[in-house]
Amino acid sequence: MWSLLKIELFKVFRRPRTYIAFIAVWAIVSLIQLAIYVDGAKYMDFVMKDVKDNFEVIGNPLNGYFVCFLILQTLLIHIPLLIALVSADMVAGEANMGTLRLLMTKPVSRTKLLLSKFLASSVYAVILLLWVAILGLFVSMLIFGTDGLVNMKSYEIIILNGNDIFWRYILAFAFAAIALITVAALGFFFSIFAENSLGPIVATMSVIIVFTILTTLDIPLFQSVKHLFFTSHMIGWKGFFEMKLDADGVSIPGTIRNLPAVLRSAGVLLLHTFLFVGGAIFIFNRKDVLS
Amino acid sequence: MKQLTLLFLTSFILLLASYSSAQTATDLVKKVKAKMDRVNDYVATGKMKTDVVFIKAPVANIKSYFKKPNRFKIKRDGGISLLPKGGVSVNVSSLLLTDDYTAIDAGQTTLNKLPVRIIKLLPLNENSDVVLTTMYIDEASLLIRKSSTTTKDNGTFDMEMQFGKYAEWGLPDKVIFTFNTKDYKLPKGITLEYDDGSKKQELPKNKKGKVEISYSSYVINKGVTDDMLK
Repeated sequence: MWSLLKIELFKVFRRPRTYIAFIAVWAIVSLIQLAIYVDGAKYMDFVMKDVKDNFEVIGNPLNGYFVCFLILQTLLIHIPLLIALVSADMVAGEANMGTLRLLMTKPVSRTKLLLSKFLASSVYAVILLLWVAILGLFVSMLIFGTDGLVNMKSYEIIILNGNDIFWRYILAFAFAAIALITVAALGFFFSIFAENSLGPIVATMSVIIVFTILTTLDIPLFQSVKHLFFTSHMIGWKGFFEMKLDADGVSIPGTIRNLPAVLRSAGVLLLHTFLFVGGAIFIFNRKDVLS
Repeated sequence: MKQLTLLFLTSFILLLASYSSAQTATDLVKKVKAKMDRVNDYVATGKMKTDVVFIKAPVANIKSYFKKPNRFKIKRDGGISLLPKGGVSVNVSSLLLTDDYTAIDAGQTTLNKLPVRIIKLLPLNENSDVVLTTMYIDEASLLIRKSSTTTKDNGTFDMEMQFGKYAEWGLPDKVIFTFNTKDYKLPKGITLEYDDGSKKQELPKNKKGKVEISYSSYVINKGVTDDMLK
């Protein structure tokens, strides 16, 4: 299995298309950082307009932690598209090149072969996320320094102490890894049905875009079913940036407000991953491979 | 004729009484001010608790810096705080910054079982942001126990003070600001909110906000630099 994984990783990282995602992430993160560095104060004034009209802000809200939060919020919608570029190509790409049937002649079970391909795309997703963490969190901390974090929700503002944030980011990135692996699994699932990678890539992107739009639309019809969309659970990492409250309504540092809900979201994503990969293996094992 | 003389005498006595009362109010305020004028600057260490319906913040460790005549700054260790605009700069000393006011005696009352004089300060300067300040002064100890300041732009702020070991300087151990809050709302499309499935409580509207600062220590008249006030 390890040998198979190494071969698949070699194939993934040999392709130039793999590095498009890394360059794209670097470009987006750098542009966001540059824009905030140059015009961050104006941006903060815009975002906190309602707050600044009535309140005086003590401290530096425009710090590395806030920039990373902003980057994660922006990128975690777009990174799945970059993940799809690789994961949706895993089997369809082989079919397109005509090497899939040849691969089937090797003395390796189809299940093992598919699992190694899925693991390779998961490794790619995690490495891409680490790249986001390096650029989005660590570089932002270097450029903008650290302070508390202002998490602005639609009906409340959560303020986290500076020394109570870093561990939340570690958990948030771990959660994001689960979310991206689910996306990789979806792309991988579509990949077994096609003979060129374009179809599965577009299909994966479409599913994510449609469900994300339905999730964000504040319409009662979608609100009642949005918990069924896995995209609703992909932003569960935000749950780590909310704290429990004491009887006086004061936040308790070092706590997570609704950990069971965050774990449930992680569970839903893992279940989806299992279903996508399991479904892919089940169908592929019965498939007549002609290309 | 006799009735006219009686009416004249009564009016005169009433006028005299009101004049002497106004004098006493001004004197009392001057005495309180003189007591507080002994503080040229201070650095105070304390903890701040914010109770605003839409702000969820932990208790913050803060430092307050004051320098005569009216420079005041609150800084906190490793974090961000939101404080009501205008209310933050209202410290005990700033209530009596100028002599440009008329003090009116509004009688006596009790506050937490303590007898206090109610003094209303009307600014004479028409451009002043403060419209009216009502102070509840403990005459025996010359301490302002409570004040209510109505401003043109930032609503009304109530400030309640509890005194302890720094009472001789007129500096409170605990200050409770109470202020009006406006509603807060951001579109969900901007915040891209995570819905954890829990039922959202309906937030009460127009609830008063409260900021409580408990000071544990003051360093008085040891100098406060401009850097500290930045």
